[in-house]
Amino acid sequence: MELFTNQVLAGIATGAIYACMALAVVMIYQAIDHLNFAQGEMAMFSTFVSWQLMQWGVPYWGAFLLTLVFSFVGGIVIERLLFKPLAKAPILTNVAGFIALFAIINSVAGLIWDFTIKQYPTPFGSSPFLGSQLISTHQAGMIGVTVLLLIALYSFFRFTRIGLAMRAAASMPESARLVGINTSWMIALGWGMAAAIGSIAGMLIAPVVFLEPNMMGGVLLYGFAAAVLGGLTSPFGAVIGGFLVGIIENLAGTYIPGVGNELKLPIALALIITVLVVKPAGLFGRPIVKRV
Amino acid sequence: MLNIRDLKAYYGQVQALHGIEFSLNESSVTTLLGANGAGKTTTLRAICNMVRTTGAIEFDGAPLSGRSTENIVRLGIAHVPQGRGTFTTMTVQENLQLGAITRSDRAGVASDIERMYGHFPVLKQRHTQQAGTLSGGEQQMLAVARALMLRPRLMLLDEPSFGLAPLIVRDLFKILGRINREDNVTILVVEQNAQLALEIADQAYVIETGRIVMSGTAAEIANNEDVRKSYLGY
Repeated sequence: MELFTNQVLAGIATGAIYACMALAVVMIYQAIDHLNFAQGEMAMFSTFVSWQLMQWGVPYWGAFLLTLVFSFVGGIVIERLLFKPLAKAPILTNVAGFIALFAIINSVAGLIWDFTIKQYPTPFGSSPFLGSQLISTHQAGMIGVTVLLLIALYSFFRFTRIGLAMRAAASMPESARLVGINTSWMIALGWGMAAAIGSIAGMLIAPVVFLEPNMMGGVLLYGFAAAVLGGLTSPFGAVIGGFLVGIIENLAGTYIPGVGNELKLPIALALIITVLVVKPAGLFGRPIVKRV
Repeated sequence: MLNIRDLKAYYGQVQALHGIEFSLNESSVTTLLGANGAGKTTTLRAICNMVRTTGAIEFDGAPLSGRSTENIVRLGIAHVPQGRGTFTTMTVQENLQLGAITRSDRAGVASDIERMYGHFPVLKQRHTQQAGTLSGGEQQMLAVARALMLRPRLMLLDEPSFGLAPLIVRDLFKILGRINREDNVTILVVEQNAQLALEIADQAYVIETGRIVMSGTAAEIANNEDVRKSYLGY
């Protein structure tokens, strides 16, 4: 029983990271109807930036905040330079754009910081949380930061004018223009926020997976699985999906014989395929209905 | 206040308007009549720069060409499109807030929302409900209310009577008339229900296949024999 509780709690902790990645993916998907394959690499690059800042002597939380700002601006720049011109291009052109972005960021990070694995600090320490062996302080910290982030995002979209405008632009762009909303800049803002959310995921998971240019590959795959499971049209669903995927991953790794650590990644893929076959809209997503 | 000269509009290779000319007087109600596919909706879309056009559209003497849709809206031109343009996944209250999203006077917006609930009491009852769950008539009222939240100087309405029960249509036009008189909003309304539109309009234009074929005061148009036969049916 203790093993089970332990695995579920650890699943919730990594699930928090998947939830952040899923949220970032869903935000961009809502804005431009495409999956951002480079979301993980953007997060990885941001994490490297925060590491570099700390190497230069900036304290952890200072580096954390500066990295959020850097990622937000970086996300907007990427949208303006690369994806705004592609807005009316066919799907495959956009996919090529995402893959190019993935390769560019990955290589540039390797060029600047090389591919050796680096230690990354945690501000929470890694002692047992409240004296319990079930969960470490860093894991508790991951959950805590994610929950704070979710509350902040919820309040932003629910109670601010600009949040309302972003929701309107994402759900019905043409109507949004007719009330005077600059939908193009709302998309850019969505990119900035997604990049910042991704950077939080990167900085929180880096102490666990260690810092290197390929650190986010698996994490992004779980993020996709979470987004698909929760429903690509539902930010709330993406978060729930993230926690569920974290738990499923850990329990399958522990209890299904032969899965272990090596076969955890295929679980994400199996989950994506299962959801797409059984319930394509995901748990909380809106089914897309077309009148014919 | 709105001057349109030699307006041509295109959907891809297809030309939908062939040199439309007309103008709207301040605080007037003008109606565009015409059969399906005559170019009424395209004319409204052209004013908001939602189709490719050539020619001149001037609002208060300033050209609208080259401005984006959202910038034209910010000048005080509210467009209630066909299919209403309501944000179906959001609540009634949020829809009204979105109508005023370009305004920064919080108190004014809040009091305007109350005014809209005064015009349309049914919206107040449903203010937390998702707009998509409203009936057709309620959605149309919401669309008009949402457009008014901009405090527009000019309101473009595309077939407000479409799909509504006759009694509701009458109510709606009564309210439109009141808005025109009390708030000094200039109205350009496109209608298939010609009789009703001519009742509230001062000026009327008849469009056929992308050209204006007749113009005059609403009374003149209503008494014209051709119009009576083709559009009024008696």
